[in-house]
Amino acid sequence: MSHSPDSWTILPYGDSAFLVELPELEAVVAYYRGLTKDGSHAGVVDVVPAARTVLVTFDPEVVPASGIKAWLEDAQPAPAELGTGRDVEIEVAYGGQDLAEVAGLLGLSEKEVVSLHAGSVWTAAFSGFAPGFAYLVTNHEKLRVPRRSTPRTVVPAGSVGLAGEFSGIYPRSSPGGWQLIGTTDRALWDASKPEPALIRPGDRVKFVEA
Amino acid sequence: MGIVVMNPGPQTLVEDLGRPGYAALGLSPSGALDRQALLLANALLGNPADAAGLEVLLGGLRLRFVTASTVAVTGAEGLVKLNGSEMPLNQAVRIAPGTVLEFGAPLFGVRYYLAVLGGIDAPRLLGSRSSDVLSGEGPAPLRAGDSLAVGRTGNDASSLNSVPDRAGGAVPPVRRAPDPGQAIVARVHRGPRVDWFDDESWLRLVTQHWTLSPESNRIGARLLGRPLLRIRGEELPSEGMALGALQVPPSGLPTVFLADHPVTGGYPVIAVVRRGDLDLLAQARPGQTIKFLG
Repeated sequence: MSHSPDSWTILPYGDSAFLVELPELEAVVAYYRGLTKDGSHAGVVDVVPAARTVLVTFDPEVVPASGIKAWLEDAQPAPAELGTGRDVEIEVAYGGQDLAEVAGLLGLSEKEVVSLHAGSVWTAAFSGFAPGFAYLVTNHEKLRVPRRSTPRTVVPAGSVGLAGEFSGIYPRSSPGGWQLIGTTDRALWDASKPEPALIRPGDRVKFVEA
Repeated sequence: MGIVVMNPGPQTLVEDLGRPGYAALGLSPSGALDRQALLLANALLGNPADAAGLEVLLGGLRLRFVTASTVAVTGAEGLVKLNGSEMPLNQAVRIAPGTVLEFGAPLFGVRYYLAVLGGIDAPRLLGSRSSDVLSGEGPAPLRAGDSLAVGRTGNDASSLNSVPDRAGGAVPPVRRAPDPGQAIVARVHRGPRVDWFDDESWLRLVTQHWTLSPESNRIGARLLGRPLLRIRGEELPSEGMALGALQVPPSGLPTVFLADHPVTGGYPVIAVVRRGDLDLLAQARPGQTIKFLG
């Protein structure tokens, strides 16, 4: 699969970073996968995917900016089926505080919301908000709901939510505006492990009804 | 245990050079805000560059050393006392068991760095002992009554009894803490979203005298001045934020992202401060003038 080089734009970001801008989230996921599937480039510190961009930071004492720019220009986006991410299964007790409201917003029954959520394969597009919080996307928009108009001051750790095109799990208790449809006991972030995040960008996530 | 915390002051944190490389998991790089000062303190003792020390905000810290040690204080400048007598800054100093070390309010800069021979020992997270105030990861801020452990030195026990030979190792030069009466100058590059602002805004950024807001912290240096004007009204989808990014929220008043910055953000970045100039910003006092050189 080849992409024309003009399908992404490389924006300047100081002396030790570039910001790659892509047309849509799906392109970000493929570009990120392509950049990271064979490990990273020498001197690269972070590769941070987001909704429309990938930020790449590097150590200019190890690699010149021109080397990183060439690497970003020549990257080959990798389609989802070639993903190297891991498969993560997460048991969810459905029935969160907003399940009825979500069903109402979507014109579905609560049962249909649950089977759509548990029946879809989700991909971790990017992280943020809190360590271990992954923004998950799937290949349809049947579960697209707005955030709550008033965020909650406390959302318990393990809450499974929906917001916009994303699903996500709160790694810790925090304020939050996502619509809550269930809870899980899995630890999303365990600082004592060498790999503290349960879900990393590029991973595929399957929810299982507990 | 080697050191007892009698009074932590307003905020004292364990910091080393941080844990860069985990932004994709949502974790900030963290680490000493004035890296140069911590590197100097460790070099003065012959510690490894990545040994953890204490970052002491605005003084107030009082410690009692249970065992003999050698220490160095760098960064901010103010009255630091050993058992009531003034202690020289920016050099290795031997201290006897039972010594009380006390940090006065700094007169220059805001953050002292204390290195201890062997480094402060604390559990590591992803290779680093740095405390991250945004995520709450890493060692908790010091509290009165805490005991701090000191790491073992690589050398034999005799090194504990002598000030390290500084001629052998490469000790970086002392950089004086910035004079609060003078402007701090930080060089900037154009950022990825400079075209989201009118032409005036770039000029305003690099010509006006900004003032450091008292709401600044390890997450960001907040600036006060005439606001920058955005010309694009649409929402910016959250994107990766790098150290030194000058993010401009709707108020038009930029924040320079420091070590504990959020890894993503939804406001446009007009400029990026050069890495080497962030150390000076870490020592800026609330109300101090900041100038950006474009």
